[in-house]
Amino acid sequence: MSRKRIVILGGGTGGTMTANRLRRRFDLDEAEIHVVDRDDRHVYQPGLLFVPFGLTEARAIVRARRAQLRDGIVFHEAEIAGIELDREEVVLAGGEVIPYDALVVASGARLQPEETEGLTGPGWNERVFTFYTPEGAEALHAALARFEGGRIVVNLVDMPIKCPVAPLEFAFLADWHLRERGLRSRTELAYVTPLDGAFTKPAASAHLAGLLAEKEIELVTEFNAGEVDGGGGTLTSYDGRALDFDLLVTVPLHGGAPFLGSAPGLTDALGFVPTDKGTLRTAAQPNVFALGDATDLPTSKAGSVTHFQAEILSENIVRFLAGRELEQGFDGHANCFIETGFHKALLIDFNYDTEPLPGRFPGAFGLPLLRESRLNHLGKLAFEWVYWHALLPGHDIPGIGPAMPTRGKEIPVHAGARSTR
Amino acid sequence: MTATLIAHATVDVDAEGFLTDPTQWNEEIAEAIAAENGIPELTDRHWLVVRFMRDRYLATGNAPSIRSLGKESGVPVKELYALFPTRPAKLAAKIGGIRKPTGCI
Repeated sequence: MSRKRIVILGGGTGGTMTANRLRRRFDLDEAEIHVVDRDDRHVYQPGLLFVPFGLTEARAIVRARRAQLRDGIVFHEAEIAGIELDREEVVLAGGEVIPYDALVVASGARLQPEETEGLTGPGWNERVFTFYTPEGAEALHAALARFEGGRIVVNLVDMPIKCPVAPLEFAFLADWHLRERGLRSRTELAYVTPLDGAFTKPAASAHLAGLLAEKEIELVTEFNAGEVDGGGGTLTSYDGRALDFDLLVTVPLHGGAPFLGSAPGLTDALGFVPTDKGTLRTAAQPNVFALGDATDLPTSKAGSVTHFQAEILSENIVRFLAGRELEQGFDGHANCFIETGFHKALLIDFNYDTEPLPGRFPGAFGLPLLRESRLNHLGKLAFEWVYWHALLPGHDIPGIGPAMPTRGKEIPVHAGARSTR
Repeated sequence: MTATLIAHATVDVDAEGFLTDPTQWNEEIAEAIAAENGIPELTDRHWLVVRFMRDRYLATGNAPSIRSLGKESGVPVKELYALFPTRPAKLAAKIGGIRKPTGCI
């Protein structure tokens, strides 16, 4: 077999795990592996949630991308000028052309605050913030430190977003933070969502709505944010409802990486890549695959999902280059810790067909599911070490595989199969 | 799921009144559902959105979100709210005889 070349667009969670896994699967004379990213800053994104509360600092959660890649992987720090699907080439901004035998799109999701009227206008990073970037999270930290009471609105503009539970976690942690500082009685907290409940999946949504009520956080549903007036402190929905705020914490609209638009047929209207639910091959070309936040898959945009995908994607790249049939292995498995404050967290585990259910993970003696516990909070903290030292290098974690476990879960007789697509 | 009579036709609907079988739908049913939900007359702009929703659902098994609807149907989000007050994506889906949009995950 002549030497193949695999090109991976993006050196984040998905791209790094895939590159490292493939580097172990192929000898150096069997395949070249290239990773392209526009910068050399790998952010541990779950850590962003803690920055506004001073529980960590932005610089503590950023490391060099190239340092996470195994020897024998070529890293290109460059913007991508275009993708030529027919010629099987990636063109870098400097003019360099990289031909590929297999292409992996792992370019994640980009924030698009400018898509919402007024969001980046007056007040942006003064009383209107997002904690989805290291800079935004730091700015919000400074603003919270100055905060002495008032009305805080937490809003997600529209789905899909990365880590759909993060804005809820922010609200829970803000409640805790304000109570610790003795400011809670002088502060109104509102959680404002375009969804018709606290979360997308019924059992988890009901449980999380209960937690919001317990913590005296107002829940405003079916609110599609149309306009932000940062100067006046008003958030207005498309149907004309207006909410006042002293501090707005927003999760802006998300879209795919703009350079993907240079390849006709690769993305949908929002810039995400239509991808096969089971094999992770794109609809565009047989030798183009995608994983993580960049895809249009009906599962959470989250690192855990990307981790489960990376295992299947790597296997399918090996199979594709050997001319073998692909594995239909991905079941939509997602697994998320939800910080609820006071040193506690919930854990939810679900896939395409099974909503988050109570029970234990990954089996009868594991972590409690859909229930607040200290153990889950410790699990979330420990996860940062696991991320840098086991997930990114592409090691398997004993007992936690890509397929969603059903043992340990309390599965109702009538539930289970609920097709999402 | 219950059977109900809309515009002289018996159709199956869920608890919130969304048709569960899109093949039972016709234009008269659409007009009846619209009238019941505060839209006395369906204009060409309404029909453009309803047909777009329905075609997309039949082709992909998923109804588009309000945001993709605004980007792809040619009708901007603000106008969608004017045409289908309060909950455009849901209301257009209901009128188009398809299941309630599930939203994203």
